[in-house]
Amino acid sequence: MSFDTVDNARHTPDEDQPWAELGLKEDEYQRIREILGRRPSSSELAMYSVMWSEHCSYKSSKVHLRQFGEKQTEAAKESLLVGIGENAGVVDIGDGWAVTFKVESHNHPSYVEPYQGAATGVGGIVRDILTMGARPIAVMDPLRFGPADAPDTRRVLPGVVAGIGGYGNCLGLPNIGGEVVFDESYAGNPLVNALCVGSLRHDEIKLAKATGVGNLVVLFGAKTGGDGIGGVSVLASETFDADKPSKRPSVQVGDPFTEKLLIECCLEIFAEDLVVGIQDLGGAGISCATSEMASAGTGGMHVVLDRVPLRDPTLSPEEILMSESQERMCAVVEPAKLDRFMGICQRWDITATVIGEVTDTDRLVIEWHSETVVDVPPRTVAHEGPVYQRPYERPADQDARQADAPTAQRLVRPTTSVELRDTLLRLVSSPNLAAKGWVTSQYDKYVQGNTVLAQPEDAGVVRVDEKTGRGVAISTDANGRFTKLDPYAGAQLALAEAYRNVAATGAKPLAVTNCLNFGSPEDPAVMWQFAEAVRGLADACEALDVPVTGGNVSFYNQTGEVAILPTPVVGVLGVIDDVARRTPMALGPEGESVLLVGETRDELGGSEWAHVVHGHLGGLPPTVDLQRERQLAEILVAGSRDGMLTAAHDVSEGGVALALVEMALRGGRGARVVLPDDVDPFVALFSESTGRAVVVVPRSEELRFTDMCVARHVPVARVGVVDGVGDQAELAVQGQFSVSLAQLRTASEATLPALFGPSVG
Amino acid sequence: MARVVVDVMLKPEILDPQGQAVQGALSRLGFTGVSSVRQGKRFEIELDGDLDDATRARVEELAGTLLANTVIEDYRVRVED
Amino acid sequence: MARIGVVTFPGSLDDRDAARAITVAGGEPVPLWHKDRSLAGVDAVVLPGGFSYGDYLRCGAIARFAPVMEMIIDGAQGGLPVLGICNGFQILCETHLLPGALTRNDSLHFVCRDQRLRIDSTSTPWTSDYALGQEIVVPLKNGEGGYVADERTLDELEAEGRVVARYLEVNPNGSRRDIAGISNAAGNVVGLMPHPEHAVEPLTGPSTDGLAFFTSILTRLARA
Repeated sequence: MSFDTVDNARHTPDEDQPWAELGLKEDEYQRIREILGRRPSSSELAMYSVMWSEHCSYKSSKVHLRQFGEKQTEAAKESLLVGIGENAGVVDIGDGWAVTFKVESHNHPSYVEPYQGAATGVGGIVRDILTMGARPIAVMDPLRFGPADAPDTRRVLPGVVAGIGGYGNCLGLPNIGGEVVFDESYAGNPLVNALCVGSLRHDEIKLAKATGVGNLVVLFGAKTGGDGIGGVSVLASETFDADKPSKRPSVQVGDPFTEKLLIECCLEIFAEDLVVGIQDLGGAGISCATSEMASAGTGGMHVVLDRVPLRDPTLSPEEILMSESQERMCAVVEPAKLDRFMGICQRWDITATVIGEVTDTDRLVIEWHSETVVDVPPRTVAHEGPVYQRPYERPADQDARQADAPTAQRLVRPTTSVELRDTLLRLVSSPNLAAKGWVTSQYDKYVQGNTVLAQPEDAGVVRVDEKTGRGVAISTDANGRFTKLDPYAGAQLALAEAYRNVAATGAKPLAVTNCLNFGSPEDPAVMWQFAEAVRGLADACEALDVPVTGGNVSFYNQTGEVAILPTPVVGVLGVIDDVARRTPMALGPEGESVLLVGETRDELGGSEWAHVVHGHLGGLPPTVDLQRERQLAEILVAGSRDGMLTAAHDVSEGGVALALVEMALRGGRGARVVLPDDVDPFVALFSESTGRAVVVVPRSEELRFTDMCVARHVPVARVGVVDGVGDQAELAVQGQFSVSLAQLRTASEATLPALFGPSVG
Repeated sequence: MARVVVDVMLKPEILDPQGQAVQGALSRLGFTGVSSVRQGKRFEIELDGDLDDATRARVEELAGTLLANTVIEDYRVRVED
Repeated sequence: MARIGVVTFPGSLDDRDAARAITVAGGEPVPLWHKDRSLAGVDAVVLPGGFSYGDYLRCGAIARFAPVMEMIIDGAQGGLPVLGICNGFQILCETHLLPGALTRNDSLHFVCRDQRLRIDSTSTPWTSDYALGQEIVVPLKNGEGGYVADERTLDELEAEGRVVARYLEVNPNGSRRDIAGISNAAGNVVGLMPHPEHAVEPLTGPSTDGLAFFTSILTRLARA
């Protein structure tokens, strides 16, 4: 007998155990001993080490994340069918339809092995959605890399994009949105966040509970191998360090074909109501699925680990428990329904094995070679992990940074027409604002035939019900620079932007997910950023009556002492009664009016202009006005529903100037623009004040639309008229400059291919 | 127990962009003097029993119909001891 | 109502979209499972796009041996109209119902774009509703779409009017002679790389230019 058992643990209390190598701290190890009343067996130690890792237990973030639940308003709760705590939240979108959505990170693996890291990130989030009983219907990927021209970005970006495309396309999921952002602080710590949305009927919701004594625990999907062993605790809970050994062996490898079969297999199983509970195996694999399901259900589970189908017969029980082999699910099935369950798995050639059953002992007991190797209270593994109160402290340089505002005295501003025109072209061609076709043309946006709007539109819009046209819109946004200047405001600004983007397409914002990407929680300055950001986001969700339905925290995004820009990615989902009414962003027919809704102030702190032209990050980010965002959203949604709007586009990075350029290029049409005379032209064009949108309305609707804005006390002004078609059409800013669409298109579309290679997309 | 190896390569006249990409990478890594790189596939087939003539013939047949697309690929079957 | 079979292999993706296109065109889509040994009396068959068997080994190489394919090959040799879209085209080449093969895009990238095409043959049952030389815009999305064949075969295809569609403006994958689709000698079997089933609804496609692939076959079957 060469493996450690519970019995052996009882008899050898002083055995030295590698808890530090597995990522546990001394006090955590002692706590495990207290819980069990003895030392843990090595299998139990493996289990606790992965489940108590930062990535799985949220130990540094839990105390802050509570606010999402605590600050949820009654109005917000109305549309929530399943809240925080499950694999993904479920939102009622009307007519008996629901959607479930979530965004997650797969940052560290994507730095180590870009293709597989990104691919398995997609795989993981899709399984989370599937596990709720939904058919996955779309994906989106907010991505952040180091400087666009850095050699390592040339290694990471193409691999990540190929991996997302390779996996998502093979699953048959349209990629409808996302972002690509470049910044120095992400070099060495790229952010690869993956979002998935699925649709289901209200009565199809599935939960991850193991209930019903005697019900069978079935492991199905791919066989278990040595993938990602310790990936969770070793990779995601520690920063990269040049001295430590290569992280390569811990990365998982994905098989999208198996996952596609798994999706179809599960949906047939769900349709016949064959499962009592279901959980996908992601971080921490079998350890996670068994402990979480037992903990959430009747309380106990008995598993025979020998029954787990293995790809590698040399795996030890500890390795089997920690393995992160992809494309696996765990279901609880009533004995009477097992045959039918297995029959469906067989039809799809999916391996399925009964590995255990639900008990009422309140213990998770796992056997290997007829010996007990795990006997723990599941709640202590899955839900009662350590909770840290990490110290946090506002950084000493925060005040100085906020005081360093980008005033005209501090940073030279363009004043002449030539300078304004040059600034425009410079921003248009800067990597963050340039066209992202190089990336997005590697994704299938058509599959399933329900994509109504996809990138570069403000939000991805997919039809959920072919008969009625009911659909959803989703946008993800974050601004690391704003958040660095003021984390509380930065998180609110991310929500505001995603909320605004959803409304711009004509959808009513309903729910929120988030992926909070930060540096090391052991750094009080980072922890302060996190605490402030969560507080800001929770407060903003409260003010806008939208619930956070779930999300993800990714800590330790730093190399050595330098953390990434604090990057809380916020995803907003909205509902649209009839997708045929959606509002696209392209400038419409010639002669239609271009209006600017909202107020423009001198707000360049953290702006693209300050960054691109001056490499400056200082001052305060634009003011947050959630009341204004709410009013603006109401206007945009009503305008869409009542047929007043030909087009709408939110104003964000790059200000009104970029919004107009993007609308012009999308529609292949120009515009004659008249800037308001009570605002400095530079500010009018490039300020990033919030709560604004550019809309195009037919002349016949202009009065009705303007009245609607006035009734809500929202400023609105005509800023131009659509004029000119084709590449020789111009964006002409009266009294200042004009630039042809051809020149704008070249400036916008040449940047990424010049850096990453030609593209036919 | 016998092991049969089938090597499959694109026919010389077929464009091999993957091979070209590898060649480019070699040169960027400072490995000069490479006139060409072609990328192919290798199948390692472990058989339960010994390899008799009938099995050998069957492997050849499968190599030409499944493992290789003879419209664009050439193949070679070898027995390894 | 004409009944058009749509085959689902493990990993097929655009089967439901093909079925929708058939419905929009006015036909009755009939789902066929890869393990079926009967074609359920359908009047024509569509092999849809996707990643059958994950594109493992070679695209379409494993699907081509599915039980349902035996019936389809048989039927096709007897005149049954068959349309292979994208992965379906790859399968048809692997079965040798169509000559040549599809290889990795010369850019090495998967590409999804709204592709301009020219219809170069209207004598197949899948393209008879188009005008000869008609230019259409249809989504293209693949990583292994480069059509290759030896010079003799390519000349033969041209000479016999068997090039059904050609890429215009941009050749997205390195296909020889800009070939986007071809037919067999009898004209009943057509392989096409772009996806007409994604261009049948103005709301979700770049145009409705793809619909005629599906109305053509219904027109032809109605006449029969």
